[in-house]
Amino acid sequence: MGGCKGCAEAAPPAAQPRDRRAHVTAVVGPPNSGKSTLFNRLTGLRQKVANFPGVTVEQRVGRAQLEGGRELLLVDLPGIYSLEPHSEDERVTRDVLFGRMHDIARPDSILLVLDATNLGRHLVLAAPILSLGIPTLVVLNMADDLRARGGSVDVEALSRQLGAPVALVSSTTGENFEAVTRFLLSRPPAPAPVELPVLQDVPKCRAWAADIGSRASYRPPAPSLWTQRLDALFLHPVWGPLVFGAVIVAVFQTIFTGAKPLMHLVQGLVGTSGDLIATYLPESPIRSLIVDGVWGGVGAVVVFLPQILLLFLFIGILEDSGYLARAALIADRTMAKIGLQGKSFIPLLSAYACAVPAILATRTIENKRDRIATILIAPFMTCSARLPVYTLIIAAFIPHRPLLGPLLGTQAAAMLGLYLLGFLAAVATARLLKSSILKSERSPFVLEMPPYRRPTLRSLGLRLLDRAKVFLRRAGLVILPAAVILWCLAHFPLMDGKVPPIEQSLAGTLGRTVEPLIEPLGFNWKIGIGLITSLAAREVIVGTLGTIYGIEGDAHSTGLQKALQKDLTPAGAVALLVFFAFAMQCMSTIAVVRRETASWRWPLLQFLYMGLLAYAGAFTTYRLLTGWLR
Amino acid sequence: MQLTFKRAAEEKTESQRRPHLRTLTDLERGEHGVVERLDLPERAARRLMELGFVPGAWVTAAHTAPGGGPTVYRVDGSEIALRKETAAKIYLRSGGRRHS
Repeated sequence: MGGCKGCAEAAPPAAQPRDRRAHVTAVVGPPNSGKSTLFNRLTGLRQKVANFPGVTVEQRVGRAQLEGGRELLLVDLPGIYSLEPHSEDERVTRDVLFGRMHDIARPDSILLVLDATNLGRHLVLAAPILSLGIPTLVVLNMADDLRARGGSVDVEALSRQLGAPVALVSSTTGENFEAVTRFLLSRPPAPAPVELPVLQDVPKCRAWAADIGSRASYRPPAPSLWTQRLDALFLHPVWGPLVFGAVIVAVFQTIFTGAKPLMHLVQGLVGTSGDLIATYLPESPIRSLIVDGVWGGVGAVVVFLPQILLLFLFIGILEDSGYLARAALIADRTMAKIGLQGKSFIPLLSAYACAVPAILATRTIENKRDRIATILIAPFMTCSARLPVYTLIIAAFIPHRPLLGPLLGTQAAAMLGLYLLGFLAAVATARLLKSSILKSERSPFVLEMPPYRRPTLRSLGLRLLDRAKVFLRRAGLVILPAAVILWCLAHFPLMDGKVPPIEQSLAGTLGRTVEPLIEPLGFNWKIGIGLITSLAAREVIVGTLGTIYGIEGDAHSTGLQKALQKDLTPAGAVALLVFFAFAMQCMSTIAVVRRETASWRWPLLQFLYMGLLAYAGAFTTYRLLTGWLR
Repeated sequence: MQLTFKRAAEEKTESQRRPHLRTLTDLERGEHGVVERLDLPERAARRLMELGFVPGAWVTAAHTAPGGGPTVYRVDGSEIALRKETAAKIYLRSGGRRHS
């Protein structure tokens, strides 16, 4: 959660009454000092590591298991430059450190993580942190990098100057991590630095840091040659944008074609296990509920897990390698044209995976109006929940043919077109918002360029595991209930003690009720049922259609695609794609927008705006295409 | 302290009055200069100083994003990207060596 405004002046809470309260250790450091990698290594828990300043927007809590069965609570906090917050995520860190956060006690100790290759600047943060009076271990991270590039530092001397223990470690290799665990196991005293500067005076603080650095005979390493070489390519006036474009196309082509074998595998597993369950259960309505409702409904969505994980893998590599910051730099000019700035580009890019983390990531944007505008346009970006819907309809209605040689097929091109459509809607909406209700002065764009780093398998693996868990939990909490409710609606009311034909069921009645409203878009009542259930989450429509056709006995023999071809005209199919590109069918997003903007006004406005746009867009598409395709 | 914080309304007049003063935007790629002062609102100036743009700091201009976007500056071991409008508010000491 964001900073708590109401309790900003409250006194730090006393230690919790329960005496067995776990010892809390906060992991603090400037952006890009490798806090999250260190956190990952200590807890082995899910954690987002990124090479981009300010990506860790929620404080993550994990448990570190130490020798002797002792357990510690570790909190990974958003990166800060000082204790003067400029954005929402920096406020979170300050509030936790001051003990002003509701659900977390004031930390008992701190791991201050600094980049050993950039100590001149990172040491500045030691002043405000040590002045908190909380036992602190100063962790100089990236020891391997420092050595490789010819830098050095006298750890003992630095420790004497700071009056706190110092450990030179590497989070990527695990070098000298014993020093960290030893600190966590001990009950160290509060730091006693030789002297501290006046914290409000930034130049004095920097002079202090420089002085401490020279007393500890700090020799900064040579600039990273790789970073310079790669920047010469990625920020080149001609090659830079070309590489940018090539990266995007390669990502989409791979998700669409590369994921296929894996998806077939999962599909096979879901099918076989469903059949297996069916053989063990006696013929009854319960068997139908489990096999058709639960297995069919959830299975239809789980099939897309490989595709979604592949997308997250790409975003993870781009983020962890440091390329994303360069992409933000390239995008800044374009973003400025629509009234936003390069920093909005990062949340918008993660919105391609899911709008919920994207909306949380907007906390790094300092300007409040820019932040709200970014939140409002983020759901237009083609999130992974749209993929199952797009994939199904495209595969059913667009013939697979090469378009640009082997590089780009018609189906991938259609997919790319839909991504572009969402992007254009976002751009147009941003312009609209920034020239009307969210007009503001241009805020300064300041972005730190992290050095390029090789993404570690550990952090990518943890990230994918995390995503898979979120996806499956969602399948269990949103998609499963939706599938069960739909199954019930499709099987009742019983007629003469028998399951009614789908038209006569409750679901059918519901679909027929909305049919007049959606008929102008080229959708019939079956699609109508899908549109209703997809208000919970977009991908639910796939399971819903599976259930509807499953009841008709079509799903297994001819497949969902063939069944759809009977019910939708090509024009209606394109209209449906357009509808899904624009509509805000996601309860999780609505909830998170409500939470982050602290009012119902914005999510309501967003829902209505996107819904109207979806309706108008689908209507226009259907009208134009029906005339044209004939 | 030689820093001056100007209110937003006064911002433009400063560079118009003394056009001969050099700012970060005058640095060619690979060229460096020494920061004299920041002519920005206090909050923005503070953040930039935290990132290394303090008076007396050596700044080297590096890449500029394609199409005249923000420019990357090397300062105190870090690389920070600034838009032209912000870089134009960071004044450099006159004289001094060029090209490192």
